[in-house]
Amino acid sequence: MKFAVIVFPGSNCDRDMYHAVKEVLGEEAELVWYENSNLADYDGILLPGGFSYGDYLRSGAVAATSTVIQQVVEHAAKGKPVLGVCNGFQVLTEAGLLPGALMRNEKLSFMCHQEDIVVDNNQTMFTTNYLQGEVVRFPIAHGEGNYFCDEETLANLKTNNQIVFTYKDNPNGSVANIAGIINKEGNVLGMMPHPERAVESLLGSDDGVKLFQSIIQNWREAYDVASV
Amino acid sequence: MLQAYEISPEEIERTKIYQEMGLSDQEFQAIERILGRLPNFTETGIFSVMWSEHCSYKTSKPLLKKFPTKAPHVLQGPGEGAGIIDIGDNQAVVFKIESHNHPSAVEPYQGAATGVGGIIRDVFSMGARPIALMNSLRFGNLTNERVKYLFSEVVNGIAGYGNCVGVPTVGGEVQFDESYEDNPLVNAMCIGLINHDEIQKGIASGIGNTVLYAGAPTGRDGIHGATFASDDLAEDSDKDRPAVQVGDPFMEKLLIEACLEVIHSDALVGMQDMGAAGLTSSASEMASKAGTGMEMDLDSVPQREQNMNAYELMLSESQERMLMVVKKGREQEIIDVFEKYGLQAVAVGQVVEEKFFRIKQHGEVQAEIPVDALAEEAPVYHMPSVEARYFQEFQSLETEIPYVENHADMLKRLLQQPTIASKEWVYDQYDSMVQTNTIVTPGSDAAVLRVKGTDKALAITTDCNSRYIYLDPETGGKIAVAEAARNLVCSGARPLGLTDGLNFGNPTNPEVFWQMEKSIEGMRAACTALGTPVISGNVSLYNQSKGKAIFPTPIVGMVGLHESVEHITPSHFQQAGDCIYVIGETKAEFAGSELQNITEGTYRGKAPAIDLEVEATRQQQLLEAIQRGLVSSAHDVAEGGLAVALAESVFNGKGLGIDVEVQGDRTVALFSETQSRFLVSVKPEHSVAFEELVTDAVPIGMVTEDDRLSLKASGTRVIEEKVEDLRKLWKGAIPCLLKSEA
Repeated sequence: MKFAVIVFPGSNCDRDMYHAVKEVLGEEAELVWYENSNLADYDGILLPGGFSYGDYLRSGAVAATSTVIQQVVEHAAKGKPVLGVCNGFQVLTEAGLLPGALMRNEKLSFMCHQEDIVVDNNQTMFTTNYLQGEVVRFPIAHGEGNYFCDEETLANLKTNNQIVFTYKDNPNGSVANIAGIINKEGNVLGMMPHPERAVESLLGSDDGVKLFQSIIQNWREAYDVASV
Repeated sequence: MLQAYEISPEEIERTKIYQEMGLSDQEFQAIERILGRLPNFTETGIFSVMWSEHCSYKTSKPLLKKFPTKAPHVLQGPGEGAGIIDIGDNQAVVFKIESHNHPSAVEPYQGAATGVGGIIRDVFSMGARPIALMNSLRFGNLTNERVKYLFSEVVNGIAGYGNCVGVPTVGGEVQFDESYEDNPLVNAMCIGLINHDEIQKGIASGIGNTVLYAGAPTGRDGIHGATFASDDLAEDSDKDRPAVQVGDPFMEKLLIEACLEVIHSDALVGMQDMGAAGLTSSASEMASKAGTGMEMDLDSVPQREQNMNAYELMLSESQERMLMVVKKGREQEIIDVFEKYGLQAVAVGQVVEEKFFRIKQHGEVQAEIPVDALAEEAPVYHMPSVEARYFQEFQSLETEIPYVENHADMLKRLLQQPTIASKEWVYDQYDSMVQTNTIVTPGSDAAVLRVKGTDKALAITTDCNSRYIYLDPETGGKIAVAEAARNLVCSGARPLGLTDGLNFGNPTNPEVFWQMEKSIEGMRAACTALGTPVISGNVSLYNQSKGKAIFPTPIVGMVGLHESVEHITPSHFQQAGDCIYVIGETKAEFAGSELQNITEGTYRGKAPAIDLEVEATRQQQLLEAIQRGLVSSAHDVAEGGLAVALAESVFNGKGLGIDVEVQGDRTVALFSETQSRFLVSVKPEHSVAFEELVTDAVPIGMVTEDDRLSLKASGTRVIEEKVEDLRKLWKGAIPCLLKSEA
């Protein structure tokens, strides 16, 4: 499986995402600069964290208008996996691929530490290797991770099992403790916690490995590619 | 601010307007001699910033020469953007610390943010990828409303810049003392990683080569920032807010990526960031180092404001700008890289043979100065030094053991002292993990980062107990270096070298100069004894307001190497049943201690003694024990003494407790700040081997699984507390102080 890690001006977790997929998981991955983008060659799209365009205007807002995001929309329409982490999640909501918005943290300050995250839906292509209800440890690092949506949207998210990850101890004020949601079709996941920072026990947690393995295995099964 | 931009050379001489720029009469006369004529307004401005203390080190240079700066593993000592130390496998670590005190005193958010931006540029201008940030902060007492504001906004500024630019802030230290009330200290350190063959230098060689300006356009911010930093803070320093620069971390991030891409091109000859004194210092220093001259046409310099004159363009300290020298005819290759990142890169001049720095604007020469006059020939002053009046009195004071009625209550008070209390409120706001190298996150003695693709790791710490230095600068200087090394050794790393952030008061005060002289003497001795050369640094003087100087604060930023990640040792106890040892005896030493701060509200007496040979031996023995796998955890015994160190060792939320018995006077045993001590835990099966190796280790008890801190002194139970209760006090102290009304 071949991943594209999209690099916007100001992305700063791009190399971490690349390292996780390429060096730790041993899968094919390339850093793709937002301008020279032909995404047709890639199977999975990864939108990394950081401060695309310096978070100016609103976090993720400028990146969401870039031409590469049009290609991400087309890629998603084909049912291929798209994962947006942190700023990547913000870009996905700004681009309308996921509902809701990420507001400033309730306490108004940036926060960075390990959090206990609950896997609320292990039936997605991103989470099949986890147990339903499993508690995992992922780092969070954000100033605007306070997920918000209206009640109707929240009801829909619940009905359609779109809430994939929740915080065990809500750190930022997110509605319904939401840490990560998926689109209705089940192939676009946005999450504030950083699974790519949790792939080596040396750094405190390797609970993120299963997320990437889930994507890879499900893709191989779907596209009938013999696993290596 | 200076308004009279275009007055004649004669007027400058007559009105002595140069004094407002920080030049003395004598210095002005020296400039006239060098030029063979009176300087014009732009030239006077250029000399004033280049000869400011901030750029020229004119009063500190004679002292800085005393530091040991060479060792076989030092690839670059002081003099470039940052120092470089070899770590094997063709890799090297690049680091430097820099102060941004005065800007932070008047505009704390931007002052701190641009301090971070500046030090990152110093590191990537060497060709290194910045991999970590540290900071060392000093504030007044947190009960003061303005101090709360300065503290919150400085932290906010560091977070705002560091988080966005994608370099993790992995640690640092914060201390609080009244002497910093109006003059906080904000020292930022950056660490970079580089391959030996990628090292860049800021040189302008090759006659005819092109001078390229890259990054943000120049505005009117930060004009005379270097001069502002070279004077006392005054009550009306708020008016100097325009001398504070404004940072744009997004621009810096693009600049990092572009610069690290162009270093792979052989079209690049030299690169330097535009820091203090902006275009003036970067250009003249690059030419001076290469033994060349430089001609620049200011009409080509990107400008974000209209009608800027030569004086403003040359003195602006607008952020996120770089100056490069590029091979003639190959400019476009470099420009293309910057354009990819949406950055401007434009030719603004050329390297010339004649060793002159020549500035043109609107077709006219605006300044023409011999290059070496600005950098090499800046004045050097040997300031008078007089032993501080208090020193002999303090030395003659008999040691007193403060009266402590209830040791458990005192431990609780100590744990809530802001200098000792948990700094989680601070570091939780920093992205400490981006780049996925951080093995030991903030809150330990040292931060530890792995070096990807190897089995090695780097340990980093900043430290300086200025109370001891105030009491006895020489002894305190030794302690500052020794304690930094202790932090690294506790983490399992071998100290490699250090960068110094020397923060002092006004050096024209002979007592302040004496503090500088003696503390540097002490640091020098410790550097030699512990084998840690000084590879870079920064001097910040005039840190005083209302006539009162800060405590002398020469901050030590030290980097060490773990040969293997196997050697990384936590500072917290790990497992019930482990034996607890203290390495080193405890004497009655309370001068400058946190206990003295509580009981007397002041610091007086003899600073704790330190024997550098003993220190070096203990560090060596502990490091060997760690490398042989005998040690479960190691923590240095510092502010608050053994009781605080013990409590901190069980604050990792593992539910562990301790059962410890100490001997002798309980106040001394628990709270004395005797130096060269370590708190170590060892698995029972390793205790024999450990005791054989570490000759000064004394067993004092064991780690338990019952979440209680039980301390006995000579048979009597002195403290018996639930760890979680103590942890809550320690953790909640700073947030609580910030919320409370004065």
